[in-house]
Amino acid sequence: MALLELQQVNKAFGAVVVAKDVSFAIEDGSAVGIIGPNGAGKSTLFNLITGNLSASSGKVHFGGEDVTGRSAMHRCHLGIGRSFQVPQPFEKLTVLENLLVANCFGAEAAYYDPDTCADILEQTELLDKANLPAGSLSLLDRKRLELSRAMATRPRLLLLDEIAGGLTDAECKSLIETIRSLHASGVTIIWIEHVLHALTAVVDRLLVLNFGEIIGDGTPTDVMASREVQEIYLGIEA
Amino acid sequence: MTEHKWSLTSSTRESRIFATLAIVAVLLLIAAPWLVSRGLIRDLFQIMTLLVLAQCWNLLAGYAGLISVGQQAFVGIGAYVFFSFAVFMPIPPALAILAAGIVAAGIGVAAASFTFRLQGAYFAVGTWVVAEVVQLTLAKQSVLGGGSGMSLPREFRETMPGFGILREMGFSKSAAIDVIAYWMVLLLCVVTILVIYRFMRTPAGLGLGAVRDNVIAARSVGVNATRLKWLVYLGCNFITGIAGALIFMQKQRVSPDTAFSVIDWSAFVIFVVVIGGIGTIEGPIIGVLIFYLLQSFLADLGPIYLIILGALGIVSILVAPSGIWGLISSRTGIVLFPIRHNLKKLG
Repeated sequence: MALLELQQVNKAFGAVVVAKDVSFAIEDGSAVGIIGPNGAGKSTLFNLITGNLSASSGKVHFGGEDVTGRSAMHRCHLGIGRSFQVPQPFEKLTVLENLLVANCFGAEAAYYDPDTCADILEQTELLDKANLPAGSLSLLDRKRLELSRAMATRPRLLLLDEIAGGLTDAECKSLIETIRSLHASGVTIIWIEHVLHALTAVVDRLLVLNFGEIIGDGTPTDVMASREVQEIYLGIEA
Repeated sequence: MTEHKWSLTSSTRESRIFATLAIVAVLLLIAAPWLVSRGLIRDLFQIMTLLVLAQCWNLLAGYAGLISVGQQAFVGIGAYVFFSFAVFMPIPPALAILAAGIVAAGIGVAAASFTFRLQGAYFAVGTWVVAEVVQLTLAKQSVLGGGSGMSLPREFRETMPGFGILREMGFSKSAAIDVIAYWMVLLLCVVTILVIYRFMRTPAGLGLGAVRDNVIAARSVGVNATRLKWLVYLGCNFITGIAGALIFMQKQRVSPDTAFSVIDWSAFVIFVVVIGGIGTIEGPIIGVLIFYLLQSFLADLGPIYLIILGALGIVSILVAPSGIWGLISSRTGIVLFPIRHNLKKLG
């Protein structure tokens, strides 16, 4: 069954088209990567899925429900969690409180569970910074916080936007482990990433985006082997 | 049931000491009418009304992102509702004060249906427009005394709770009104701060902290920012309306110019919050004390006093955007109202 389905989604800011007739379906329980050059509309696509932007035309279905007109808050309640490419922490709240908010409101629980949040922080290696204001974190830790906070909303679908950039090999390995175990626990993953080896270690399908259009879709091996992708994405002359 | 490994703590050593001191301070303030001069009682009354308004404005602007410069609308509405009951339909004063709050909150809902469509600076201008419209409308009502306003009827004064007892204890009639108004505003002040403090420790309060820091991210983790803004707006207007009733009950006179003064009920309030430290409960308390000191020393200077206040406000924003309390707490780590959820390992 498709957990997420986009049908003919279009988005334009004035004359600039950032999503053009985007249609795809994501199976429940799968892990999908999205690649494409800078400015291809990858983050815009996420914003259209999460409701931070509304589509000019087309439909977004999640869990069999039409969510096209739903707010970001409502989509989060339905189970869409996200990390922002440019981290958006609650700076004056502590790292832990960032997660408590997400844990409490994300799944519309009446209360938050400190144990769950501490577990997540342990996985993302932020536990020793739990009681620091999020505003004091380095960029790397802010990215970890983005992932942690999205996990705390208890999502069915998790959208990750460039969280592996700048990590050391060891850090990258542990990030891959975290995402793999999330995936193994049944969370569907869509991951935008330039660090290809990290991406291909997790995903079983790649979508390629260029100028707001999907120009490639398939297994990582097939997609990377396609001439069109090599030309446009990797910049190799034909 | 799984074993809990982690718990959350808030209080610190300083906060426990502060809580003890605060209880002593409140007890002293209750006894103040027997301990200090009537002039100081009036000053304390003024300080506490300003503190109530500042706590409300801080919640609106510092947390909910609702930068209102029209809170004088609700001070004025509260005052006029109270005086209308006193003049036309004398009910027990406590009920009239409560009614002032309810009507202010109700008119706030109507105002918000217009102003909540506006963002940022436009919202600020919108709230001011609403306040002007309410003021001009009331000033046209000859039944409410038009531009010259109304006085509190003597018979109504005497129905104040505790009036008879205070008279027997030797307080003059107008001193008795001062004392009653003082105790009421002391109660309002303590309740307002406690309610805000308790609220900030609930999950909804935590959600409001998230809205303060980043409203887009807050919505993306499921926080209903709109509902929180409405809740804060309604609560603050209710309290502001009650404060308005008390302020003019003590003055025993109300007029459109004084009740809807943008200087007294918005500019000074904003000054207090900004200089004390926006986005904290401690900030307005520090701010109101600084404001009172400045006023005591500089008020004789007339317009220059206002220029100095404005200049200080600008300097504060440039040098210490988080206010005096922000400077103190970031240097020392002291927290008087602990609202943080600190993770602590069990066992």
